Amino acid sequence: MEFFQEFCAVISHSNLTETIHDIWVHSPKAAAAALPGQFVNIKVKGFFLRRPISICEVSSDALRLVFEERGEGTKALGGIMPGDGLDVLGPLGNRGFSTDKYESAILVGGGIGTPPLKFCRNSLNKSAAVLGFRNEAQVIMAGEFANVQVCTDDGSRGHHGNIKKPLEKFLKTGSYEAVFACGPKPMLRAVVALAEKYNVPVEISLEERMACGVGACLGCTCKTVVGNTASYPRVCKDGPVFDGKAAVLC
Amino acid sequence: MLSTTFLGVNFKNPIIAASGTYGYGREYESIIPLETLGGISVKGTTLLPRSGNKPPRIAETPSGMLNSVGLQNPGVDAFIKNDLPYLRSKDIAVIANISGNTPDEYAELARKLDIPGVDIIEVNISCPNIREGGKSFGADPKAAGAVTAAVKAAAGKPVMVKLTPNVTSIVEIAKAVEAAGADALSLINTLTAMRIDIKTKKPILGNNTGGLSGPAIFPVAVRMVYEASRAVKIPVCGMGGIETPEDAIEIMMAGAACVQIGAAIFRDAYAPKKIVDGLGEYCTENGLKNISEIVGSVKFNERDNQW
Repeated sequence: MEFFQEFCAVISHSNLTETIHDIWVHSPKAAAAALPGQFVNIKVKGFFLRRPISICEVSSDALRLVFEERGEGTKALGGIMPGDGLDVLGPLGNRGFSTDKYESAILVGGGIGTPPLKFCRNSLNKSAAVLGFRNEAQVIMAGEFANVQVCTDDGSRGHHGNIKKPLEKFLKTGSYEAVFACGPKPMLRAVVALAEKYNVPVEISLEERMACGVGACLGCTCKTVVGNTASYPRVCKDGPVFDGKAAVLC
Repeated sequence: MLSTTFLGVNFKNPIIAASGTYGYGREYESIIPLETLGGISVKGTTLLPRSGNKPPRIAETPSGMLNSVGLQNPGVDAFIKNDLPYLRSKDIAVIANISGNTPDEYAELARKLDIPGVDIIEVNISCPNIREGGKSFGADPKAAGAVTAAVKAAAGKPVMVKLTPNVTSIVEIAKAVEAAGADALSLINTLTAMRIDIKTKKPILGNNTGGLSGPAIFPVAVRMVYEASRAVKIPVCGMGGIETPEDAIEIMMAGAACVQIGAAIFRDAYAPKKIVDGLGEYCTENGLKNISEIVGSVKFNERDNQW
């Protein structure tokens, strides 16, 4: 795994919702090395720990990062302006989505789990997307995916309800080789169950509170079970993407 | 200018990666060569593999962080087979950090690690994150002495005992460990701490409590290194919240012969290099032949009540 710690200039900043920010940062080395599913760990002035943020997509010399204000640190990060510098550690994660292994996939995103799937979309020959949000005001990036079905909990946009029915519809077509998902754990559980029902490989991106982001501190361990063997891999270094059938989602 | 002999082992500089923050040495190679450091204290190792505590294991605090990893490690045999050869191939002093549930377990670990490639044994009697062993040994002078004596009787390598700050008198523990035969002390481990999510009323850490590290604990480390190093004749390795060359100089002035860097690397992967470079510059600027000249050089104010 090759990664860098670079001081990068923010190229642009816009808001997708009141609390979801969309930034491009000039980071040629990280952009050249990044793969779908990887993340960066960003230093925020005034906070001790870096903030792990998934890579939404890359250009030849820049990274696009879409993040939500979850606490004080990401709120402070949301105040970043074009021209500001950002200390970026990455790209991190030894295992991303297997866009090199599959030509096609159904991408399932829940809320702020949506951004990293854009990188998958760019790397696949064919994809469909099922994106779930609380309501219309929270919908982000829907226009950036192919064959997209938006779902909202309150029915204010697209399918009324969670991602299960639209996902099953795409699975039934049998024309996608894999499912890639990122979002809250209840959603991931449902995605894995459906993928198993249709016997389609499923990969999920996990998140956990992190310190180092590079595998040194063992702060972000998750649990996987294959056969009878339990393992405790690091989300940051051994993931953040895992085989959905092996990951223990509790 | 920076080379230091500590417990008979040559360190090309006195800066050492602290146990639990640098894995087994591979993780940061992409950014800075491991050999930038004088030494590495490897991830705490136990006789059998441990899966550690349930998550979350990390919580942030102002100027620091809590962790409750709980000594997740693959066990000493896996360390010897999979990680030690890599460390041996590097020009760096290797400190094997061990934890056990009983003095006998510590002794067995020390015996297993009496092999080429291991330079020093660091005895962790201070992990705040495991229920058994560790913590209770470190807080009780008799138990701390018993573990130290058991390891000394078994070890072929110099033995450094890592102390917890979660005690009333660091001097009492330091003296007990010295009397039991320790070759050096390292301190401080993390301070036991807790954060609560006020929305859920639950502690943030899955283990409820964890160990506080980072700049928040640095002044505590300086005070305890000063107290312990004055109380014993054996050398002291200082750690706790060191982030800058100035911090390293300060804790050396307090009495640390060498310095471990921990959580600082999470914030800045170049921190160890900046500290090593900064110590070199300090020597040049101050006309020192060797950085060791500053160890314990703090000049105390006279405590005169008649001011």
